Amino acid sequence: MNTGAPGKSRLLPGYVALYFLFLYLPILLLPVFSFNNAAATTFPLAGFTTKWYVSLRGNGEMLAAAVNSLIVGVCVSGLSTLLGICAARAITRYRFRGRRAANGLIMAPLFLPEIIVAVSLLMVVLAAGMELSLATIILGQTVFCLPYCMSVLTAGFEGFDRSLEEASLDLGETAFGTFRRVTLPVVAPAILSSLLVSFTISLDEFILAFFLSGTEPTLAVYIWGQLRFAAKLPSVLALGTIMLLISILLLTIAEVVRRRAERRYATGGYAHA
Amino acid sequence: MPDTPMIAIDRVNKFYGIYKALSDVSLNIGAGEFFALLGPSGCGKTTLLRSIAGFDNPSSGDIRIDGHSAIGVPPNLRPTNMVFQSYAIFPHLNVEENVAYGLKRLKLGADEERRRVGAALEQVRLGHLGKRRGHELSGGQRQRVALARALVLRPKVLLLDEPLSALDKKLREEMQAELRSLQRAVGITFVLVTHDQYEALALSDRIAVMFGGRIAQVATPKEIYQHPRTKSVADFLGGMNFLSGRTLGQTASGLTVETEKFGTLTLSLPEERIEVGARATVGIRPERLRLLWDDERAPHELTGKVVNRAYFGETTHLLVGVEGLEKPLSMIETNTHGADDLPIGADIRLAYDPEAFVLLADDPPVERVH
Repeated sequence: MNTGAPGKSRLLPGYVALYFLFLYLPILLLPVFSFNNAAATTFPLAGFTTKWYVSLRGNGEMLAAAVNSLIVGVCVSGLSTLLGICAARAITRYRFRGRRAANGLIMAPLFLPEIIVAVSLLMVVLAAGMELSLATIILGQTVFCLPYCMSVLTAGFEGFDRSLEEASLDLGETAFGTFRRVTLPVVAPAILSSLLVSFTISLDEFILAFFLSGTEPTLAVYIWGQLRFAAKLPSVLALGTIMLLISILLLTIAEVVRRRAERRYATGGYAHA
Repeated sequence: MPDTPMIAIDRVNKFYGIYKALSDVSLNIGAGEFFALLGPSGCGKTTLLRSIAGFDNPSSGDIRIDGHSAIGVPPNLRPTNMVFQSYAIFPHLNVEENVAYGLKRLKLGADEERRRVGAALEQVRLGHLGKRRGHELSGGQRQRVALARALVLRPKVLLLDEPLSALDKKLREEMQAELRSLQRAVGITFVLVTHDQYEALALSDRIAVMFGGRIAQVATPKEIYQHPRTKSVADFLGGMNFLSGRTLGQTASGLTVETEKFGTLTLSLPEERIEVGARATVGIRPERLRLLWDDERAPHELTGKVVNRAYFGETTHLLVGVEGLEKPLSMIETNTHGADDLPIGADIRLAYDPEAFVLLADDPPVERVH
């Protein structure tokens, strides 16, 4: 096999460029058209304007949806991170029967078709006689976000050297003091990262929110509803741009925090004097 | 040793399920002593150290520290501090904050706390690195932080779990010297766990050699090297040529043992009674066998053939086959006469001192719990 053929290496940069263009060009068009002074999303551009952004300010429906998204996002990230902490700690700390199976089952929603999960959750919720509300969205999205939280948290907890807690006890600290002064600060970056990641996922998540929301839509559901009206498309683009920026910002913070922690807590005996 | 030992371990057993990690261990460690627990991995030395620290609790038996039973006392209330194998430097704190960690609970006041942290860092020569974080330190520096963090609390006993195993050879030797002088300076009891026999010999006042959860021998480094009690102890601490023999009888000067090729040897009496006519194992250290050059003569000589040779710089290790002996003899020669140039197959003569032999007891059978 000749992997070093010169012809191939000349094709590769072109392929990579095409790939990234296809992936990111549509997303880049979003902010471009959101500042375009025309209702239609076509070239050539008609001129620069911020009126679509301004129009968002007076939009009560949109603001209500944003508040809903905020409530759902905060609850989902809090809940899934809390559950993730318990599960990740158990899975990284203890060796018990069914540990692998439990881990696999928690991670499974990552690979299940989301629409199937959404439909089954809807059936269960209705069969249980529950009203569709923000609470049902929170419930559904928590299950959905948990695998993401778990992967961030298990990575963080696995790097945690158990002798740190023993050292703290040995130096006279109590079990509770050890948790407060050592365990929590050391795993804090992983927890923060998990909160940010799950909040971002919840903010953007559509299918579960669509099926499980009653009369209170989240932002994603609201945007979908607005797409029926061509005249409202530019404001949706403006809103989409804002959400995109928030997502990128949160995920960047999460990644920076995670990497800094990873570098600092790599206590595995590196000696750079 | 003073009348009341600093640590008194009394018939301690430790079971993990059916696995017996410690088997009837009794041991006294004196105040101000540098004591080493030596043995291969899985021999129970770390379990014993962790039992003294309070991380493991014995299944039965008593551990008294400074006269008080420590059974049921959690680690944070014991007058012991530990240097962990991984050093366990708190990654979210800098060097000063690490050292001050245990002091915070004592509420000494900011000035006194700063003074003691500074003094502890000076003691381990880290005064200039107080603001660094753990990941910015070398292995040797991290070890010193761990030492300072433990010593600043002025414990009665400092426990060290393989503290030098993560360091490279050169640094390890430096830290050995430093540990020894640090122990002399602070004057408290040090208990060191190690699997490195040279570390134990070089550092400690006394050594307990452990195998399979039991203590095989407790003695000074010199005593344990020169008069190992059992075959395993002899084998674990450096090389040893084992020879089988038969006991002939007892005289006022000791036990006489008849051996192949080395004739009748008189050995000091072992602690256990040995029947006359019984099989006995004797041993001689490789460095107690000496090559004879040219027409040099010795009162006790043997002839043999070089079967193997390994060059170690200052010394050469030789394996010498002697007719009538089951296994070739191992010997160590300094490279001043040309032992490093001896070809394999060369005929040589060697000299031995009959006084250099030791009688070795058989090892106790490994205990199994069903």
